[in-house]
Amino acid sequence: MSAPAAPPMRRSRLWDTLRDMAARPSGAIGLMLVVLHLVMALISPWIAPYDYREMNSAVILGGPTAEHLLGTDHLGRDVFSRVLLGGREALVVTGIATPIAMLWGGMLGVLLGLRGGWVDEALMRLVDAFLALPGILPLLVLITVFGSGNEVLTPTLAFFFGIPVIRVARAAAHEVVARDFISAARARGHSPLSIVRREILPNVTDTLLVEGAMRWSWMLLGFSALSFLGFGVAPPMPDWGLMISDARVYMSLAPWGVLGPVIALSSLIIGINLSADALAKTLGLDQGRKAVV
Amino acid sequence: MIQLLLRRLALGFVTVWLVSVIIFLGVEALPGDACTAVLERDAHGEALAKCRVDMGLNAPALARYVDWAGAALTGDFGVSANGQDSISQIVGYRVRNSLLLAAGALSVGIPLSLLLGVVAGLWRDTWVDILFSAGAIFAMTIPEFVAATILILIFAIWLGWVPAIVLTPADAPPLDFFPEFVLAAVVLTMIMIAHIMRMVRSSVIEVMASDYIQMATLKGVPYWQIVFRHALPNALLPAINVIALTVAWLLGGVVVVEVVFNYPGLGRLLIDAISDRDLPVVQAITMIVAATYVGVNLVADILGLVLNPRLRSHHMSRG
Amino acid sequence: MANPPLIDIQGLSIGFLGRSGAMLPVLHAIDLRVCRGESIGIVGESGSGKSTLALAAMGYLKHGLKKISGEVIYNGADMFARSTGELARIRGGQLGLIPQNSGQALTPTLRIGRQLHEALRLHCALPDGGHEARAIDLLTQVRLPDPAVILRRYPHELSGGQQQRVAIAMALAGEPDALLLDEPTTGLDVTTQAHILELLRDLARTRNMAMVYVSHDLGVIARVCDRVQVLYAGETVLEGPVQAVLKTPAHPYARGLLASIPRLGDRSLPRALEGRPPAPGSDRTGCAFAPRCALATDQCRTIRPPMVTGEAGQETRCFYPEQTTRIDMTGSGAPLSCCMADNPAALSLNRVAIRYDRPGALARFLPARPRPPATVDDITLTITQGETLGLVGESGSGKSTILKTIAGLLPPAEGTITLGDGTALTPRVEQRRPEQLRRIQMVFQNPDESLNPRQTVADILGQPLRLYFGLKGAERHQRAAALLETVRLGAHYLDRRPGQLSGGEKQRVAIARAFAATPDIVLCDEITSALDVSVQAAVLELLNDLKARHQTTFIFVSHDLTVVRALSDRVAVLYQGRLCEIGASAAVYAAPSHPYTEVLLNAVLEPDPDHAPRLLAEDATDLSPPARGCPFQRRCPVKCGSICDTDIPPWQKAADGHAIRCHIPLKDLAKTGPA
Repeated sequence: MSAPAAPPMRRSRLWDTLRDMAARPSGAIGLMLVVLHLVMALISPWIAPYDYREMNSAVILGGPTAEHLLGTDHLGRDVFSRVLLGGREALVVTGIATPIAMLWGGMLGVLLGLRGGWVDEALMRLVDAFLALPGILPLLVLITVFGSGNEVLTPTLAFFFGIPVIRVARAAAHEVVARDFISAARARGHSPLSIVRREILPNVTDTLLVEGAMRWSWMLLGFSALSFLGFGVAPPMPDWGLMISDARVYMSLAPWGVLGPVIALSSLIIGINLSADALAKTLGLDQGRKAVV
Repeated sequence: MIQLLLRRLALGFVTVWLVSVIIFLGVEALPGDACTAVLERDAHGEALAKCRVDMGLNAPALARYVDWAGAALTGDFGVSANGQDSISQIVGYRVRNSLLLAAGALSVGIPLSLLLGVVAGLWRDTWVDILFSAGAIFAMTIPEFVAATILILIFAIWLGWVPAIVLTPADAPPLDFFPEFVLAAVVLTMIMIAHIMRMVRSSVIEVMASDYIQMATLKGVPYWQIVFRHALPNALLPAINVIALTVAWLLGGVVVVEVVFNYPGLGRLLIDAISDRDLPVVQAITMIVAATYVGVNLVADILGLVLNPRLRSHHMSRG
Repeated sequence: MANPPLIDIQGLSIGFLGRSGAMLPVLHAIDLRVCRGESIGIVGESGSGKSTLALAAMGYLKHGLKKISGEVIYNGADMFARSTGELARIRGGQLGLIPQNSGQALTPTLRIGRQLHEALRLHCALPDGGHEARAIDLLTQVRLPDPAVILRRYPHELSGGQQQRVAIAMALAGEPDALLLDEPTTGLDVTTQAHILELLRDLARTRNMAMVYVSHDLGVIARVCDRVQVLYAGETVLEGPVQAVLKTPAHPYARGLLASIPRLGDRSLPRALEGRPPAPGSDRTGCAFAPRCALATDQCRTIRPPMVTGEAGQETRCFYPEQTTRIDMTGSGAPLSCCMADNPAALSLNRVAIRYDRPGALARFLPARPRPPATVDDITLTITQGETLGLVGESGSGKSTILKTIAGLLPPAEGTITLGDGTALTPRVEQRRPEQLRRIQMVFQNPDESLNPRQTVADILGQPLRLYFGLKGAERHQRAAALLETVRLGAHYLDRRPGQLSGGEKQRVAIARAFAATPDIVLCDEITSALDVSVQAAVLELLNDLKARHQTTFIFVSHDLTVVRALSDRVAVLYQGRLCEIGASAAVYAAPSHPYTEVLLNAVLEPDPDHAPRLLAEDATDLSPPARGCPFQRRCPVKCGSICDTDIPPWQKAADGHAIRCHIPLKDLAKTGPA
């Protein structure tokens, strides 16, 4: 038995979902962290106390003081200002690439799940082949050849992070396609596109939303890993991954240099994951709990 | 059953073949080739033409693919771009080192993750579960280079228990890497434990809520017998595939961790090769990693088939 | 009751914690006493709390449920107060459980032998090596053939009936004083059900066990119980001897329930019980049944009635037990709409065969194996306009498969399907023209599956209106509202989603969707089997109504012979994908009939304690039809010789288009008429 029927609702579903998410501890913390980071990324150019390029040779690797809250780096730049600004590139690139990855991967996956047959079989082998490549390799190769500008990174990330989405969307669509309302729609004679749009998509969007949130955090991980390895954001632009990589060298002298970007990056990714977790529970997608009666 | 196994095997080969095609085409599509890389600034005119003739680069793409793939099948990946070194030799030590690191992480990680997952699942919603699950989310989400950096800061710099980075050369005997590789192994273990544990936990919860566990309880079976005899065999079956994915990842994809700790494994070699534009080495590593990925997953599939009685006798399915 | 009760449940209330933080009860102050050698039936519809009660008798509550008050006394002590060790000794020992779905209640990774040995080891002190012999002995007692082979099998390798027998053997291993049976035969075929119930009756008699049967099926209760307790919305509304409760029930709900059951004996529609029970945990004042009761007064709506003594030893929770006799328990008497036999054809199937197996890509490279016989073979049928054809058979008879093929969802391997006007239907739905598609509509078994949970009722009904008639906006909305009226739902349902509707309401929406296309032919695939019996009656009434109004042709598939009987003009009996018998429904349900029809009819249980089923044949164990000869050869009780194994029987024509496919001459078949 399902829970007693809810009263007919007229409020927006987005608002309800967000409110339900915020009612859970994980959702409340997660949403707070994500919103905080987004707001910070928007307003940081105006609130950062120093220019991110401004070097002060007087305080190289200086410790935290009233002027420099998080100290200064090996070039004498203010770490606090750089931490405030250090997520902007990552958020812009992943913020554009994630929806694109979800869209193309999701649509292709759903179509393959509905159609089946040899096209599905062949494309899935190709997907398998791409997944078998070492995760970061295609990104690295493309970046070394074409450079690491946002105009290269965004489509590259959108493409490669969309491939695993095909699998997820296809599996979700498979589950829906096996149900009788799809048979009913087929028996009525609806076109495949109409079936995808009206019958399948509404039933897989929840799964894809949660998946999208997870993909976003993974893409952020990938982006900062690239920066960390020196293949991402180019200096002197501040980026958390790059800052950690730079500050690591002087870690024994100035440990505060790593802590700032480490906390910033981790809190964003943990925030996204907690939100994704709460979203899954709110949408009823976690399998652990069943109705009582 | 045999037919199912053959089918899986065939699909595995198809995937590996597709990988080789993707890699070959990918390298073809890149500007420049082995000769431009070797000759660098001298890559023009006669020298370039001669080099291309010498290295057989003027042959049609299909012929070169067949040559390369054929040699790769026998374990011969040719020579690296920058010199005359045999790729198989360079890669050989790196594969061994990566295996060493993976073995370290797996030997601790698999038993521990299964244990933690089962405990969290059986005591779901208690403080043990909340603690373990929160720890898992933490370990899964913070970037591996962040975890590595923090560990180095604490254990190498502040406490001074272990060296921060590995300085042993790639071809040193395996024992020389101890204790240098411990921190690297710890980082990898943490990540893999988090993934496997979460999966095992939800699987245990699902199985413990099933009809057959209720039936066993009402048959009067004591709790721990229910857990070990009725629940775990069913709950741990799906863990095989997650473990396989982790193993595949450990054997090939740990680029970042190897770079952070300066560990001479396959991952760091890949980064170096890309920086040097040493395309033959990149091709070789990619092929090895991809084949491992497919192979490990294939083994997991086959294990699943052998261990799950429901899949084993598929012919009994009723309509 | 001279002897003391074995299990004594006193004032047991169980509930779950609601979202508001309040305890919401699913069982209210239940009293239940079972003595040694006695069988008690607990009857109720879904949500009545009957399974919760059965499990609570073993001191077990599902995750999330809590005991609010009351005791379950067994052997002098409360089950809920016992230690885990004590409970483990009693459960599976003195108290055995037989679960509803043994397929899911047996551990999938353990062989039957190990699971049986476990029960024996826990509850039965036997010397080493004695277990093997005892296990075989137990499987023999539950009448499983080849017990030694069964012991080595995994649960999924057995049929549903075999799994249920294994579960019974496992319960017997502990030499129980009492068995708790939670819907022990639900989901099994009629013949299997009849066999299992006879087995349980014998066991109860020979071992002097107490039994508590939980079931929604009054036919099952009538067959095996001495006393009955009727649950409604978590409370006992009627208790008494089975004879009295089933013949002269002293509670309006019990009377309504009995009236809603279709009977094999009379061809009329059962009477629907309108309304729906309150949701579990909803709070209430007064009698829970008052909103659906014809006798309800203001007193009923405000004060909860106490249990009072009624007619023939019954205890009833009603203020007006004497007046309940006024409630009619016979069928609705609604005139069954009937069609002319000489109407033109609406649909013809000509030698249709259907296969599920298709050779895969790899099979071409493997040595060729003989192909198994087709799942459905040699189906030739003509359905006339405005008629209802019932297709009956047990699971695996291919009845739903045939509907899918007509709908174009599963192309036939051989044969043709033609519409009444002579146009042949293309095998695949994708190749059919919209006009052809519109004329054939299908209603599926489970509305939870066939209605998209993400769409509103308006969206669901709007789909065919948009597709076939191009209706838009207000016009579509009006038409959808009108369709809801025809299935007796108000226009306010348009904004709801399937999750907000009850099972019966969902199925009505599914029927309305089919009628939105103004079809000529409606295919009904077990459309009432997921519904409670009182809701089923209302749906049957609705179908009859629609048929009279729209002259629609129905093909009505069901495993339930009584439901088919209530609605069909003609009936076709299928066994393992082959037709056995076809004819006007009165003729099929009377002599002469095919031996298989005979077996089915005799296994049907009626909600009448004086009716006994006759077991003419073993229940099915083979999954695929034989390669040659009569499909029923392996189970036929009157098999006439080797000809049945080698030759497909001929169609023998009786009066009025009644035809039987058997080697035995009609006059001999007539001698063994239905009971």
